[in-house]
This record gives sequence, structure tokens and C-alpha cells, in this order.
Amino acid sequence: MTNQITESKEKRQVFFDLAFKLTTRFFAFTVLALLAGIIVELFIGAMPAIHAFGWKFFTSTDWDPVNVKFGAVVQIYGTLVTSAIALAIGIPVSFGIALYLTELSPTWLKRPLGIAIELLAGIPSIIYGMWGLFVFAPHLADHFQPWLIDHLGNLPGIGMLFQGAPMGIGMLTAGIILGIMIIPFIASVMRDVFEIVPPTLKESAYAVGCTTWEVVWNVVLPYTKIGVVGGIMLGLGRALGETMAVTFVIGNAQNLSFSLLDPGSSIASTLANEFNEAFGKVYTASLIELGLIMFVITFFVLALSKLLLYELGKREGEKT
Amino acid sequence: MESLKSLKPKIEVRNLNFYYGKYHALRSINLAMPEKKVTAFIGPSGCGKSTLLRTMNCMYALYPHQKAVGEILIDGENILDGKRDLNSLRAKIGMVFQKPTPFPMSIYDNIAFGVKLHEKLNRSDMDDRVEWALKKAALWDEVRDKLKQSGDSLSGGQQQRLCIARGIAVKPEVLLLDEPASALDPISTARIEELISELKEDYTIVIVTHNMQQAARVSDYTAYLYLGELIEFGETTSIFTTPKQKATEDYITGRFG
Repeated sequence: MTNQITESKEKRQVFFDLAFKLTTRFFAFTVLALLAGIIVELFIGAMPAIHAFGWKFFTSTDWDPVNVKFGAVVQIYGTLVTSAIALAIGIPVSFGIALYLTELSPTWLKRPLGIAIELLAGIPSIIYGMWGLFVFAPHLADHFQPWLIDHLGNLPGIGMLFQGAPMGIGMLTAGIILGIMIIPFIASVMRDVFEIVPPTLKESAYAVGCTTWEVVWNVVLPYTKIGVVGGIMLGLGRALGETMAVTFVIGNAQNLSFSLLDPGSSIASTLANEFNEAFGKVYTASLIELGLIMFVITFFVLALSKLLLYELGKREGEKT
Repeated sequence: MESLKSLKPKIEVRNLNFYYGKYHALRSINLAMPEKKVTAFIGPSGCGKSTLLRTMNCMYALYPHQKAVGEILIDGENILDGKRDLNSLRAKIGMVFQKPTPFPMSIYDNIAFGVKLHEKLNRSDMDDRVEWALKKAALWDEVRDKLKQSGDSLSGGQQQRLCIARGIAVKPEVLLLDEPASALDPISTARIEELISELKEDYTIVIVTHNMQQAARVSDYTAYLYLGELIEFGETTSIFTTPKQKATEDYITGRFG
């Protein structure tokens, strides 16, 4: 009798285990299916543009709805440049914030500062966009950009990036706003991963006579590199795809200019501005192809980060 | 065994009180540890032996709520007065922790890292120093062919010897060992103990252990702490054979703790 009970109980357990496994597997594969679905859908949608322009889509700077000639160079350049500026600002500032919060800040300040950073992440992007357009851009135009043009505009090489009129709006402004927007994401991830470093590991580094900076740079950062790169990727993903704030301040000009002070457009801002008004098959398809390119860029960025981690890992010696 | 009084003290603790916030963890500790000898701290968990060890290189100063009051003299200089540069102080005092903590870098760099902070050595001098430290820590033969490998790839016992080598490489005068063998298997433990008796020719060693046989085997002097107070301090042989205090006797005979 007792045997029978345990047997049926065992059967039930086996059944539930299997059901649980299958359910979770279903959820996991849903993600893959969604991803594949989006890619396929983008491909189908972009087909007319791919047929019309082929690889020329990636080398042409045209964006001419009237004559139905489209190329993605302006948008790709705008997307990459604004994201690069955002990272150039966001990474060092976030690192500083995370370093201060985990290693230097007095305990009573940790919580309020941490909460402030998380709140910053919750501000809707349109608020950043409006602030950028009405407050920040005029300020830049009056004070910062004339200085840039005067002092950096004449330099050989990088001078090219600082030409034109100080209009306030443009790729530089968009990049700076994006930088501010991604700081809370990168900073909170960095803080979280810095906090999981075992205290004895840090103490060991202090014990050989490290300063706080040497401990963080040589021990904490290598120990947490996967999390740190993950946080940066999160920020970069946000910067690449951010639509509203960028649309407000980037200027939405569809012609190529290398100068950071000139208006430009990013993939996301072009989609936001033009999708509603797009007419004709090829115009719509070109916009969808932009979306597909965004997908590919994100994929390459992720692949690059994996490669970076692999190279960093090699420098620490093989793990056998 | 020479008597304690006749020996030159390397570390002198005078009237030391220690606080974790409001908690009074060490009460008026007075203790002089002689040069180039092994001093062991024993006592039940929470008695303050690790705390005492951590005051000797000011490790507690990393944490805002921990406070030490009193004097710790190293070569006659008080390290608690806040006037000393903690980084050069800690270079003089190596520390090894309960769990091995290899840095996230290669075996070679684990050793070279600390040295680079304080000395500028050229490549071949650095190679020599790394080899010397690894030999001292009885690890050289096991890792000589894989210096470029990650420190994490070693076994627990090897990692702990790597940490000892790392501590020795900066040429400290004092080695603080915080239960260095408690996470290791018996063979690795035996190797670490052998190592300690070799190292005491050059260094003043202070070891915290909750293994009393280990204290008896490796140390010259033993301090028994209980509830934040120093109950008894003296030559290890006399502490273990003829303790003066009843409490010490109870603890080492296993009637308590």
C-alpha cells in the first residue's frame, strides 16, 4: 500500500518536472521566435527598397522622397556619431559615480545618491528632449559652440568636426543629451557589479599597499569586466535606439555633414519623423530597411563586446 | 625558548580598544610580539582575534564605523595616530586571508602587481623577484611552466601559497595570516605550516587560527583571547602545558569553545 503511494507520488513528480521543463523551454524559445519573426518581417518589408537600391543603399547619401532615391549613410553616420559621443561622456561619468558610491561615499549618502540615479533613469525621454531643445541647445549655441568653433575648428583633422554655425541643435547636442540619458543605466549597473566584489579581494589588494584608485582599476574593474561591459552595452543600446529626445535636438537634416555642430539625423529620428508621412512602396520600404540596419548595428555591437571580453580574458591568462 | 621580556618586540599593542559602531570588540589589549617569531592568536569565534589582526595593518580603516583607540607600535612607531601613509605601511605588513584571493590576472602578474606599486624593476629583475617569491612560498616547481595562466586556474592550496608569495614579494617585515589554512585540505595545510616555520627566519609572523593543534605546531608564542579580552599570553609550550588561567586551560583542553 505504502509502496503504491510513493510510486504514484513519484510519477506525479516526474510529470510535474517534465511539465515545468517544457513550460520554461517554451518561454525561452518564445524570445527566439520573436527575434526571428521581427527579422523576417523587416526583411519582407524592406524588400522593395533592397530590390531598388541593392548595396547602394549603404553608400548613398541621398534621401529624396520626391525622386524616390534613398541611401542610409546620413542616418547611419548620425546614429553612430551621437552614440559615440554619448558613450564618451557616459562611461567616464558613470564609472566615477559607481566608484564614489561603492568605495568612497559615506554610508549615509549612499542611499539617497543611489535613489537619485535610479530616478534619473525613470524620466521619460521626451522630457530630456524638451529640456534639450528649449534650455540646453540655446545655452550651447550661446556659450559652448562658439568656443569650440574658435578653438578646435582650425585644427587639422579634428577641425572638420567643428565647422559651421553655432545653432545649438545638431549631432553634438543630441550626443550630449544621450550621454546624460544613459548615465543612470551604466552607473547603476556598474555600482551593482562593483558591490559584488568580495571584500577580502579588495582587502587583499589594499594589503599589498594599493591606493583606492589602484584597487578599483587593477582588481575591481578586471573582476567585474563582464558586468561593466554589459552595463555599457545597455547604455549603448539605449543610445542607438533612443528616438524622442534625439528627434527633438538632432535637427533632422537629411544631408551629410561631418561637422558635429551641424544638424543631422539618426535612424530612429528619421523613422519617427517620416514613417507617418511616407508614401509609395519604396519610401516605406527604405524606412523599414533603416530599421533592419539598426538591428544589424546592434548585432555587431554585441558581437564586438563579446570579442572585447574574450581579448581581456586572454590577458588575464588561460583558465584551465 | 627565550623568555618574552628579553626579546626585541616588533609589534607592541598598548591599551587597545576597538569598536564596531557601538559594539566594544576589543578591551584594553596589551601585547608585545617579538621579532622573527610566530605569534598565534587563539580563541572561540567572535573573541576578537581577527579584529586584533586587522588593526595591525589598519585594514579596519577602510570601513567608516570601525574605530581603534590606543596604540600599536611597529618598530616603536605608532601606526594608529593617523599620521602614517597607510599604503606604505601596508606594503611593510603582508596579509593573507582565510579564503585564497588571487587577483583576476595571471600568476606572474599576481606577484608582480604589488611589487610594481612600490618599486621600479626592469624586466629581468622582476622575473627574479617573482621566482624568488614563488620559491619562498614553495610554489615555484608547480607553476614555473604556467606563469601566464590565470591565478584562478590553481587549486585552493596553490592559490593560498600564491597569496603568500604575493605578500612576500613586496618584501614586508611582518606577515599577518588570518586563518590561512582553514579552507584547505590536510595536505595543503601541512605545506602552509611548513612554510610558516621556514618564513619565520625572515619575518615576524602573526597567525590567527581556531585550530589549536595548528597553533601548538607552528607558533612560538600564543595569545588566548575571549570576549574581546586578552586572557593569557606567553610561550606556546607553557600555554599549552601549564596555562596560568583556568579559562585558557578549559579552552585548550576542549572543555569549552
